[in-house]
Amino acid sequence: MSDNLIEIRDLSFAYRERLVLKGINLSARRGQVVAIMGISGGGKTTLLRLIGGALRPTSGVLNVDGVDMSHLDRDGLYRLRRRMGMLFQFGALFTDMSVFDNVAFPLREHADLPEEMIRDLVLMKLNAVGLRGAHDLMPSELSGGMARRVALARAIALEPSLILYDEPFAGLDPISLGVTGNLIRRLTDTLGVTSIVVTHDIQESLRMVDYVYFVSEGVIAAQGTPDELRASTEPFVHQFVHGEEDGPVPFHYPAPAYADELELAA
Amino acid sequence: MNNLLNSLRGIGAHVIDGIWRMGVATRFFLMTLLQSGQSFRRFHLIIREIFSAGVLSLIIILVSGLFVGMVLGLQGYETLQTYGSEEALGVLVSLSLVRELGPVVAALLFASRAGSAITAEIGLMKATEQLAAMEMMAVDPVARVVAPRFWGAVISMPILAALFSAMGILGGYLVGVVLIGVDEGAFWSQMQAAVDFREDILNGVIKSVVFGVAVTAIALFEGYDAPPTAEGVSRATTRTVVTSSLAILGLDFILTAFMFRGV
Amino acid sequence: MQRATLDLWVGIFVVAGIAAVLFLALRVGNMGSFDSASTYTVKASFDNIGGLKARAPIKSAGVVVGRVSEIGFDSNMYEATVMMKLDTRYKFPKDTSASIMTSGLLGEQYIALEAGGEDKKLVEGDHLKITQGAVVLENLIGQFLYNKSEGESKTAEPR
Repeated sequence: MSDNLIEIRDLSFAYRERLVLKGINLSARRGQVVAIMGISGGGKTTLLRLIGGALRPTSGVLNVDGVDMSHLDRDGLYRLRRRMGMLFQFGALFTDMSVFDNVAFPLREHADLPEEMIRDLVLMKLNAVGLRGAHDLMPSELSGGMARRVALARAIALEPSLILYDEPFAGLDPISLGVTGNLIRRLTDTLGVTSIVVTHDIQESLRMVDYVYFVSEGVIAAQGTPDELRASTEPFVHQFVHGEEDGPVPFHYPAPAYADELELAA
Repeated sequence: MNNLLNSLRGIGAHVIDGIWRMGVATRFFLMTLLQSGQSFRRFHLIIREIFSAGVLSLIIILVSGLFVGMVLGLQGYETLQTYGSEEALGVLVSLSLVRELGPVVAALLFASRAGSAITAEIGLMKATEQLAAMEMMAVDPVARVVAPRFWGAVISMPILAALFSAMGILGGYLVGVVLIGVDEGAFWSQMQAAVDFREDILNGVIKSVVFGVAVTAIALFEGYDAPPTAEGVSRATTRTVVTSSLAILGLDFILTAFMFRGV
Repeated sequence: MQRATLDLWVGIFVVAGIAAVLFLALRVGNMGSFDSASTYTVKASFDNIGGLKARAPIKSAGVVVGRVSEIGFDSNMYEATVMMKLDTRYKFPKDTSASIMTSGLLGEQYIALEAGGEDKKLVEGDHLKITQGAVVLENLIGQFLYNKSEGESKTAEPR
């Protein structure tokens, strides 16, 4: 068993004619929290969907837990996915089920367990995210941060070896944001899983992740540990880390010269 | 010239797009049938959908059936009276309900009540990534979400149509016999002499099953295919009602031509 | 649990549906009155069947005793042949006559059987000899108009 749970080499992906990812190299060690960052529309969600098997790479190697994803049939993919959990951007809880049933869903679908055991397991998972008391609420009664924690409990229900997070911090208040960040770190450490976090929340990420990849315009623009990135002098990283308005990523959408467009030259 | 060419190109693109969608819809429908095994092994999934498609449509079906039958009773009496054959009111009410109005009107109501709900629900599940989440949990959404809804609705449809017809005949009886005073014996006996179980009632049931399959398949596909935005879901819901209403009426013509040619 | 009330509702729904179908079958329709098991078929030829259709009732003394099962055309005799399924409960003499009648002025057409006097009864495959075809309304009106104009010309003469 290799040390890397995820191994990506020279991966390219084209959506219709458009090349979205070109020659990505990325690896994630077991037990690490790895962040994939970048500006919106830079291809980081695409990368996450490739790892989750929702998309197929156009070329290159994509290994997850020793399984080559590019030549996987449906059954193989579904078998692999039982070892994965995914937290969607807004939780994606099933709105017609209670919190309890949401967390119980993967257990009921995949494990033929007696109902009492499911009950114990669900309460354990909910306790791990601090929401055991909310088990008979409906998703519509939860706040955004709580919904995401329930979704996290659901994602870890089958004790996966890999958890994927799609924008776990988007739209959260500072308190919920900190809670979610700490939770990701703690679950990764206690369950021994590997976490891949796609986000653009730089401050929170730098606080809790082990390694960061910057994806920009379909390539890995920079990578390193949080400390390395904070110290980085590379313009793009610097702009991103410090949230500057103008830099390699321009404030203005490409346009003809301002003066020309307003016909000031005339 | 250029304009003409462009509009021709636009029409062509529309046609190709339509055929493409048709192919996707067919594949989706076959997938649904193929993935139905699980929902029959876990029948409580279907029970739930019978509840939301069938039981929740009960009120509108029963009330509409009653009123349609009452109107048929009134109008039929007015017309039959001219020929002095108001005893045939039972025949008129029952045949028009059992053969046509029962299956068709019940299916139209079903399309706007349950069909639109199915589309909106699946469309929203897609828009909020619930279907994607299910897939990431290695659960096939077609088997878990689509197939039970399909069978629940298809089972509900003939039951609703039969209830609609029964309520309608009761409505016709109320107006014709109780209110206007057509002879009760003649009302029922002429009806029984004219309505045949296999020819009329069973064919009506077959019609409603076909309509149920059509409405549900359209509703499910529109929901599953809806763009994952609020606007996309609302447009898909509208399309469900429009497309399935047209499908019901078109299929009704075809089925009627096959069933009641009176050879 | 919550599931139990849901099951109850679905149960009520299904039972109501079955009741509706039974209501339609027994109260509205004619389910079970004539199946193929308890009928015998006899044949009759008519010079004109008018608007008679398959499944039209066969009545004797006003009681429905069977149904028309099939209508064909005999190209040798240029006649219509009608197969009739009669309920085995009702026996008719061999010389029973069949005539096509209309219920009411514009109603449906049916076959009326008039029992004869013979002792032997009709059995499966028998042929009814004495038949009376349908009265075609157009012919009737034509005759009426013809008679009337004749009558008018007669009454006109003495003047």
